[in-house]
Amino acid sequence: MAIEVPENVVVTKLDELASWCRKNSLWPMPFATACCGIELMATGASKHDLARFGAEVFRFSPRQCDLMIVAGRVVMKMLPVLQRIWQQMHEPKWCISMGACASTGGVFDTYSVVQGIDRFIPVDMYIPGCPPRPEQLIQSIIDLQDKIQREGTVEGKEFETASRQQTKRALVELPMYGRKSLVAH
Amino acid sequence: MPASPTTLATLTTRFGPLPTSEFRGQPRVVVARDQLLGVMRALKDDLRFDLLVDVTCVDYLNYRDAANRFGLVYLLANTDTNERLTVRVYLNEPNLTVPTMYDVWKGADWLEREVFDMFGIVFEGHPDLRRILMPEEFTAFPLRKDYPLQGRGERHNFPVLTRSEA
Repeated sequence: MAIEVPENVVVTKLDELASWCRKNSLWPMPFATACCGIELMATGASKHDLARFGAEVFRFSPRQCDLMIVAGRVVMKMLPVLQRIWQQMHEPKWCISMGACASTGGVFDTYSVVQGIDRFIPVDMYIPGCPPRPEQLIQSIIDLQDKIQREGTVEGKEFETASRQQTKRALVELPMYGRKSLVAH
Repeated sequence: MPASPTTLATLTTRFGPLPTSEFRGQPRVVVARDQLLGVMRALKDDLRFDLLVDVTCVDYLNYRDAANRFGLVYLLANTDTNERLTVRVYLNEPNLTVPTMYDVWKGADWLEREVFDMFGIVFEGHPDLRRILMPEEFTAFPLRKDYPLQGRGERHNFPVLTRSEA
């Protein structure tokens, strides 16, 4: 015999409820170092209106954020800062690598520019483009919301499995850029 | 504004004949290292070149017909007459030291730090000769022609943060 449920009660899973709350209240941390940052600002402004997706509250303190958007190239001197800010953000947290430079180094294949931030911090979404249109950034946030809804758990189990990605972010140069023995210690 | 004839004439009478050349009306003069400070003081105090526009350096490694490795370039301007002058000093390894111009133009401070950072030219007497662009622990001089464009792996010499530890 079925249990009577009142009309104003909804039954769901705790994981899905938590993920639903999280995905519709993303607080971005703008790590804008180059022209992608301008598109990031445009995305947050009235014309593209990121508020429609619940991610309009940009905070400049990592303690209040759960979505880091790296918009622009990251150089050797900036990378320790990026890592420190990433560590200061609270769990659960996500990262979007916005544009060609943040994802791969872009055209800046030089001694001082890090060739993709995913070598050193975990990245959930990559956006191609130089710089990407605000629509692309919005699409990546929608995709990230999808991912949070699909994979999210209350205890953050989905982040533990991501340690498998470690081998992907190996601390080696691509073969075309020289030998591994040249890595300075 | 081209240089007035008196500028080069004054330098020649004081310091002997100096190699000069001209490009599009702009005069250039080459000075020996031990004469540099005297020439610069004369240019600042007597010929009133009161603005040090830039200090930069050229690496002539593998450059055709080059006799010297480094060419240190000082760009000067006289803000009263708009006269401009380029002063060059050629340097070779192993002696890459020149006297600092900090005592003549205070603006030489960061310009010389940049040349030191990028080329490894040592400015003797500089009050604070540290790297200005690259991180302090960086050891190479990246604008030298024998330094590879993509570096020696310094750009990827950082710890990797994973999901589980951050």
